[in-house]
Amino acid sequence: MYPASFEYVRATSAQEAVDLLAQNADAKLLAGGHSLIPMMKLRLAQPAKLIDIGRIAEIRGICEKEGTLRIGSLTTHDTIANSELVRQKCSILAGAANKIGDPQVRNKGTIGGNIAHADPASDLPAVLVALGATVHMLGPNGPRSVAAGEFFTGLLETALEAGEILTEIEVPACCEDGSGCTYLKVEHPASGYAVCGAAAVVKMEDGSCVSASLCFNGITPTVFNAWPNGGPLVGGSADDATIAAAMAELSIDEPMGDIHASGEYRVALARAYGKRALIAARERSGG
Amino acid sequence: MATRIDLEVNGERHERDVEPRQLLVHFLREELGLTGTNVGCETSLCGACTVLMDGQAVKSCTQLAVQADGTSITTIEGLQTNGEYHPLQQAFWDCHGLQCGYCTPGMILAAADLLERNASPTEREVRDALKGNLCRCTGYHNIVKSVLAAAAGGES
Ligand SMILES: Cc1cc2nc3c(=O)[nH]c(=O)nc-3n(C[C@H](O)[C@H](O)[C@H](O)COP(=O)(O)OP(=O)(O)OC[C@H]3O[C@@H](n4cnc5c(N)ncnc54)[C@H](O)[C@@H]3O)c2cc1C
Ligand code: FES
Ligand code: FES
Repeated sequence: MYPASFEYVRATSAQEAVDLLAQNADAKLLAGGHSLIPMMKLRLAQPAKLIDIGRIAEIRGICEKEGTLRIGSLTTHDTIANSELVRQKCSILAGAANKIGDPQVRNKGTIGGNIAHADPASDLPAVLVALGATVHMLGPNGPRSVAAGEFFTGLLETALEAGEILTEIEVPACCEDGSGCTYLKVEHPASGYAVCGAAAVVKMEDGSCVSASLCFNGITPTVFNAWPNGGPLVGGSADDATIAAAMAELSIDEPMGDIHASGEYRVALARAYGKRALIAARERSGG
Repeated sequence: MATRIDLEVNGERHERDVEPRQLLVHFLREELGLTGTNVGCETSLCGACTVLMDGQAVKSCTQLAVQADGTSITTIEGLQTNGEYHPLQQAFWDCHGLQCGYCTPGMILAAADLLERNASPTEREVRDALKGNLCRCTGYHNIVKSVLAAAAGGES
């Protein structure tokens, strides 16, 4: 199964990739290739040109800067899952990266490709929105940043404009500020993708909930953010009964349904896994 | 338009002109004649096409040959040294880790990546590491036993 013919060019820097995109309207960026190549084999994508960004060192790797982790867009799922820094300071992200696909997929797939592709069943989008991550991009008009919550705009759609490249994902070191975090996933048995993924980040202080975020993958065409404005746990003890009551009331409009799981079933999964993820996150939090 | 690539496969350097759309698995099988790497599903799911790229297991049906430029690839043909089987190959032989053998090269290379990272994995860890590799014949038990035996230095 071959992709249709295309021209191939390699970029050596993020700026060069942006310049090449500007010169080639129907070109696509190639990172790990683990979403794009399958799509090209099925002729669901047929770009005239591929700009291979796979070797740009400046957008690969993980470092810590002013209390946040900066993850280059080309960093692989495997590198994130096994990074001591990410495991210690943002364990939810390392855990979610480790749940992606299988080892071969994690060895090649990148965080930038994952969120640019924005598959509703991907694992990273809900985690990044729940964390309050920031997405950094470079385009013809220079660098630009958006909150992860505004980055995912629809089914396979993002705030990334034509001609822009993702450079860095910035995530808070949530495990260091008294927050607890957990990502749970019900995976499709064949593909490994999420039928339901629940990401919870809960911060407690002296037995009282200061903030709680809860986001889901796999239920709606793009990340479902249950509590964009705080939610019912804030100010209370976030005990099991409160969490259970909040999840019983969770309503999700127009869930996706297919032969694997109906919309109704996905909502039931969201309630059950949302509850477990919140309880686990609260238990992991400092207070 | 062909693109020149220069890579190492099983310790031997190859410089070739390839079409950008050529998949790594076809390059290995058709250009280099290394047919030990199998094509199963062609849709990134079965792992029959697994090879090591710079030591890491990858599905060669989901990589372009041009992406392998400058890398070092190991296929099943490159595992033995001086006619001696690699411990994983010997363990698959000893523990009957295969029936038809179609999945075997991919299983062995995925397991090689695991043992490189984790020399004494638990059974659970072996099963997790082989999650991307499907076998239609064995029911997996003897495959897992083979990997554990190779890790234990050939004692099953
Ligand atoms: C068998 C299999 C199972 C999988 N299971 C899961 C799973 O369980 N969970 C999950 O989350 N994912 C899963 N995936 C998807 C995997 O995570 C992909 O690697 C990822 O979605 C895409 O990353 P990539 O680097 O391979 O991107 P590519 O395939 O190279 O690119 C994908 C898209 O993103 C664009 N792009 C890539 N990088 C950038 C950038 N820096 N800036 C702007 N645009 C960019 C490309 O132009 C393209 O449109 C699976 C994939 C396979 C093949
Ligand atoms: S042939 Fe590559 S994963 Fe099946
Ligand atoms: S031995 Fe036949 S597919 Fe595994």
